[in-house]
Amino acid sequence: MGTEEQSTLVTQSCLYRPVAVLKGVVVMLKEAVEEWMGAVRKIDDYRWELPQNYKEGMNVPGLVFADEEMMRVIGRDQSLEQVANVATLPGIVGRSMAMPDIHWGYGFPIGGVAATRVNDGVVSPGGVGFDINCGVRLLRTELTEVEVRPKLQELVAALYTAVPSGVGVGGKLRLDAKEIDKVLLNGALWAVERGYGLHEDLELLESQGRLPGADPTKVGSKPRQRGAPQLGTLGAGNHFLEVQVVEDVYQPETAQAMGIHGYGQVLVMIHTGSRGLGHQVCEDYLKVMDGAIKRYGIHLPDRQLACAPVSSPEGQDYLAAMACGANFAWANRQCITHWVREAFTQVFQKSPHELGIRTVYDVAHNIAKIEEHVVPSPSSGQVSKRVKLCVHRKGATRAYPAGHPEIPAAYQGIGQPVLIPGDMGRYSFIAVGTEQAMAETFGSTCHGAGRMQSRAAAMRSLKGTDIRGRLEARGIAVQAGSYRGLLEEASEAYKDVAHVVDITEKAGISLKVVKVRPLGVIKG
Amino acid sequence: MKKYRPIEHTADIGLVAYGRDLGECFSNAAWGLFSCITDLRRVRPEEVREVRVEAGDTEALLVDWLNELLFLFDSEGFLGRRFDVVEIGDGRLRARVWGERLDPERHRTRIAVKATTYHQLQVVQRDGWRARVIFDV
Repeated sequence: MGTEEQSTLVTQSCLYRPVAVLKGVVVMLKEAVEEWMGAVRKIDDYRWELPQNYKEGMNVPGLVFADEEMMRVIGRDQSLEQVANVATLPGIVGRSMAMPDIHWGYGFPIGGVAATRVNDGVVSPGGVGFDINCGVRLLRTELTEVEVRPKLQELVAALYTAVPSGVGVGGKLRLDAKEIDKVLLNGALWAVERGYGLHEDLELLESQGRLPGADPTKVGSKPRQRGAPQLGTLGAGNHFLEVQVVEDVYQPETAQAMGIHGYGQVLVMIHTGSRGLGHQVCEDYLKVMDGAIKRYGIHLPDRQLACAPVSSPEGQDYLAAMACGANFAWANRQCITHWVREAFTQVFQKSPHELGIRTVYDVAHNIAKIEEHVVPSPSSGQVSKRVKLCVHRKGATRAYPAGHPEIPAAYQGIGQPVLIPGDMGRYSFIAVGTEQAMAETFGSTCHGAGRMQSRAAAMRSLKGTDIRGRLEARGIAVQAGSYRGLLEEASEAYKDVAHVVDITEKAGISLKVVKVRPLGVIKG
Repeated sequence: MKKYRPIEHTADIGLVAYGRDLGECFSNAAWGLFSCITDLRRVRPEEVREVRVEAGDTEALLVDWLNELLFLFDSEGFLGRRFDVVEIGDGRLRARVWGERLDPERHRTRIAVKATTYHQLQVVQRDGWRARVIFDV
C-alpha cells in the first residue's frame, strides 16, 4: 500500500496526464526524447547501447536496434526504461535487447529479447506475456490476384464466417477435460489428428507446432475453463486474418524455396495466439512468481517482471505450463488454417489441394525457449562456449540461419522464414534468419510494425474517419467486428514496418525476401 | 464523484479508479474494466456472482479481483455492472457482482482485455482512495 509521497506517482509520467494538457505533453515528449538520446551511446548506424551504469542493478548493458529516426520514436515512451529493467534480471547474458519495433509494454518492453542462463538465471512469465505463443502462420496458394479479385468480397465474407472472431465470441469446438489435455500436450498435431489440416503442415511449423516439456498437470482448472470455448478463434485487438498478395520479391530463389513464385500470388496470414488459456496460465504463474521472488531474494524494479530461477520448482512448473499454452496456440492456428482452406474451397469450388493451399511457416513471437547458444565466457576472457539458455522473446521472432538443425528440411538452404506483419493498411514482410542473428541476438529479430500511438490517441486523431471506406478505396476488402477496433488498428497507430525491416536487414539479423500487401482484412 | 479516469499507454490501456473507501475504489475499478469491454448502460443487473479473492497485499488484491472478473467474462461471457464489495481488508475481498451474460444482439463490444498487469500498479489513500492499473489488451 502506498504512502502520501508515493502517491504523486499517479500523475508522474507525462503520458498519464489528461488530454487537456496535450500541448504540454508535446513539449515534455521532446524533452523525454532528448534525455534518452543523451543516455544511449551510438555503436553504429543501426545499434545503440544503453550503458550498464544507466541504472543501478543492471547486470548487462542494453542494446537497441534502430536508426536515429527510429530512436527518436522509441524515446517517446518508457520502453527504454523497460530495457534497463530487464537488464536487472538475475542470470541475464549478453545484452537486454530491443528490436526496432520495440514499444512500451508492461514489465518487459514489446520487441524485447532476453536470454538467461538455465543453471543460475531466471525465467519470467512477463518476458513471454499474457498471450503465450502469440504468433503468425503464413499460407500460400496457387491463386493470383487476378483470379481472386472478382470473388474477393465473397471470399472475405466466407472467411469471416468460417473463423470465429471478436470480443467474447466462442468457437465451434467443444472440448471435454480429457481432450483439452491432448491439445496441451500435442499442439498442432492434435488438430491434424482430429482432421484439421494435413500432416505435411506440421513439419513447417516452429517446433513442429508442439513444444516439448508440456505438462497439463501444471495447468489449473481456470485456464482450461477460459480456453475451452476459445480454441479455434481469432480473438480481437491486433489479431487478424489477411488475404495478401505478393507485391515485391527481393530474393527470388529464396522465395521460390518457400513456394512463392512472384508478383500477384495470393497468400493468407493468420495472427493470433493462445487466447484465454494462455492469458490465465500467465496470470496464475505471475501470482506464483510474485510470491517466489521474496523466497529467492530477487529484487526487481517492476513487479510485472516477477520471476523465479529456471531450475526452481516454480520456474520448471511455469515452463511446463507455458509449453501447454504454446501448444494450445499452435492447435488454434492449425484449426484456423483448416477453416481457411474450407472457405477457399467453398468460394472457388476447388479442393485445397487443387488451390495449392500449403503452409509456408508458423512462428511464435511471445515465448521462452530453452536453446543452446555460444556466449563469451566471463571467466576466461574472450573464449566462447556453448551454454544452455532460456531465451525470452516478447514481441520478437526466432530467426535461425540456414543449416540450423531446428529448421525444416525444406528451408535448410535458405534459413528460417520470419513472418513480419505490418499494419492492415500497408504491407507485411517475409524474411529469413541469419548467422549474424545467431551471433548477436540469440537468433532473434523483429516481430511486426510496433505500435506508436495509444489506442485512445488513435481514436482521437481519427475520430469520424471512414477507415473501411479508406481501405476499400485502395482495393482492400474488410470484415470487422467493431468500428472502434478498426480505428484503433489504423495505419497511423503503427510504425512503418518497412522501416523496421530495413533496420533489421541493415543490422544483418534478418534479410527481406518478400513484400506483400493486403487484399482482404478480417478483424474481431 | 467520478468513478474512474482512463490513462494512456502505447500498447495497452489503463485507468485510475477513485472511491471514498477502498471498497468503492475497487468497485469503480471493476466498472472501469467492464467499460473498456462494453457500454455498461446496456447491461442489466439480472444475475449475481459471488467473488472471493485473497492476496498478499492490497495491490495484488486489486489485480486478482479484476482478473477474477475477466475470468467470469471469458469463461461464461458474464458482464458485471454492479459491484457490491461486501468485505475488504487483510488481503481478502468478497463481493457480489450483478450483471448478465453477453448478448451480441444488445451488447456492442469494444476492447478485448487479456489481463490485469502489475505494471505501475498502485493503490493509495488520498482524497479517499485511488487505484492505478494497466491492462494488457
